[in-house]
Amino acid sequence: MDNLIPVLVAVPLLGAALLLCGGRRLDRVGHWLGTLLAFASFGVGLALFFSMLGRSAADRPVHLNLYTWIPVNGFQAEVGFQLDQLSMTFVLLITGVGSLIHLYSIGYMAHDEKRRKFFGFLNLFLAAMLLLVLADNYLLLYVGWEGVGLASYLLIGFWQHKPSAATAAKKAFLVNRVGDVGLSIAVMLMFTTFGTFAFTPVFADAPKATQATLTGIGLMLLLAACGKSAQVPLQSWLGDAMEGPTPVSALIHAATMVTAGVYLITRSSAIFNLAPTAQLATVVVGAVTLLFGAIVGCAKDDIKKALAGSTMSQIGYMVLAAGLGPIGYVFAIMHLVTHGFFKAGLFLGAGSVMHGMNDEVDMRKYGGLRKYMPLTFVTFGLGYLAIIGFPGLSGFFSKDKIIEAAFGHGGTEGWILGTCTLVGAAVTAFYMTRVMLMTFFGEKRWVPDADGHEPHPHESPAVMGAPMVILAFGSVFLGGLFSINSSFVHWLSPVTGYQEGHSPLSTTTVTACTTVVLLLGVGVAWMMYGRKPVPAVPPLGSLLTRAARRDLLQDDFNHVVLVSGGSHLTRFLVYLEGKGLDGLVNGIAALIGGTSGRVRKVQNGYVRSYALSMFGGALVLAATTLLMRAV
Amino acid sequence: MNPVNYLYLASLLFTIGAVGVLVRRNAIVLFMCVELMLNACNLALVTFSRLHGNLDGQIIAFFTMVVAAAEVVVGLAIIVSVFRTRHSASVDDTNLMKL
Repeated sequence: MDNLIPVLVAVPLLGAALLLCGGRRLDRVGHWLGTLLAFASFGVGLALFFSMLGRSAADRPVHLNLYTWIPVNGFQAEVGFQLDQLSMTFVLLITGVGSLIHLYSIGYMAHDEKRRKFFGFLNLFLAAMLLLVLADNYLLLYVGWEGVGLASYLLIGFWQHKPSAATAAKKAFLVNRVGDVGLSIAVMLMFTTFGTFAFTPVFADAPKATQATLTGIGLMLLLAACGKSAQVPLQSWLGDAMEGPTPVSALIHAATMVTAGVYLITRSSAIFNLAPTAQLATVVVGAVTLLFGAIVGCAKDDIKKALAGSTMSQIGYMVLAAGLGPIGYVFAIMHLVTHGFFKAGLFLGAGSVMHGMNDEVDMRKYGGLRKYMPLTFVTFGLGYLAIIGFPGLSGFFSKDKIIEAAFGHGGTEGWILGTCTLVGAAVTAFYMTRVMLMTFFGEKRWVPDADGHEPHPHESPAVMGAPMVILAFGSVFLGGLFSINSSFVHWLSPVTGYQEGHSPLSTTTVTACTTVVLLLGVGVAWMMYGRKPVPAVPPLGSLLTRAARRDLLQDDFNHVVLVSGGSHLTRFLVYLEGKGLDGLVNGIAALIGGTSGRVRKVQNGYVRSYALSMFGGALVLAATTLLMRAV
Repeated sequence: MNPVNYLYLASLLFTIGAVGVLVRRNAIVLFMCVELMLNACNLALVTFSRLHGNLDGQIIAFFTMVVAAAEVVVGLAIIVSVFRTRHSASVDDTNLMKL
């Protein structure tokens, strides 16, 4: 049974190879083939899951060594898989949500002439992401890490005829590289410290390493997580990544790939638990990002960018929870799973709206769509209720637990973090209500597109509707399911460890606070966007609004500090190189050239001058001989 | 007669030859000056042979004469062929190899 683990990765990889190398003869069946293979992978995942459920908690992790990748004396790189409860959770999320999004894409990409390639890339992504979560060592994880980066790049730039998409793809790739450098340094540090990068020995030996090494590894892993999960300060790529097709945004930039950073931190819990500085950095990054993303989400009129801000913010919650240590890991992963469902559902809903509105993304040109797209309205609405944490739905259970854990961190830090998460919850309620009201309520604000086509909003085909319905079910029930008898905690705690936080507030108080701030956020949004008509042209707005529309000046910051700073540094180095190194080299050349020019004049072609030098030489020889004799 | 006087004569002849090589341009004259220097050396060698009472110097003088004869044959042939092509025996004119 456990020999099926490599099949999980191999099936979508086979799909990618077939679809990308198969040529035009697969054009007609390619999308069904890709979807079928994704579902096959999901089926294998389910089989493994039930087989794992049948065993006791201690026997659940399975280890499978496939072959030695690089057998060098003193450097053994193995290709091995490790399937434990944490990997299993991810496998089911990736293949489950991934399969649904494959299905949705059949409808969404129906009229795209490069559809076969699109499914090839999606399958490639699934394979890389599964490799990432199944690897039993950091080097193989790194392979998957780079693989998902590649798939993300290819899919963001899928419509590369649009310069904005091509640029966004490059931006995502470059920013991710910065994070990847962190991961590679962490892997190297592990190898020099522990002599291996396999999970089990590294975690076992972690207590023997010095505090400085552990902090270094932790901070480098955090940098990697920041890059992949779009956390401050490497967050700038996620908004632009929305240039990709909407199913890509749903799968890669909401549900799975961007959560790889949270996986990395949770997987490395043994290291983070021993490095309090790295943990502190992690919670700070999480807290800053959750507010940052939420503020950006409030100001965006582009529905996908508003959702991207929300993704950033929700992953901020997860990173914060993961930084809290054993009181948070389980809830980080729980929020990750529920978020995977409701955010994928929201993105698919947004895609469905765009599908019906001639690919318009500006929410100021929507309005009143609930009558025209009832199914999208209901599924999007359930996703909306889940993300704002409406009592009883998925987001309520997972987010509440994180807020509770943040307070449970204890001391002043706990209060600050708890307040941040509460404020984040209020802002989440505000911006999601804003999206909801601007899209589905109010009067019509539709305008013809550039070619003069009047939009005719219509419900999407069943192949797109079905995944939305299933994801909506997940958004509603998953959180409750996980919370019955704390089943998720029991499931995951053998891997990540779990301990109760000592919250200064009781669970009831936290829940009450969350509900109050939620109602506050919804109320403010309703006052601003529900009670009075939404202006079709965005008002100037306050200074903060204008900054938030520009992603809180993140690109301007990057431009001023990194781009112009970098070019100044480069110019300085070019100057140094020109004056220093080139000066030295050119100086030596000029010296030799000049000297030769002068010495050359001795060779004047007159016999007598050569004769004179011969006489001179003979004289010197004779004089020397005589002198030596005399001495 | 004191044999050292022959050495004086030899050095005088050598100097005349050397100065001639340095200041004259005509290839034939130059050649004669070289011969003068060679023969000055021969005289010196023979004198040393006499002074030391052995035959080494005289034998070397014979070698020198043979070499000089061979050199004259080659050298004059070169000078004649240069003169034929360039209508000049001046050594300053044969500078085609100069850069």
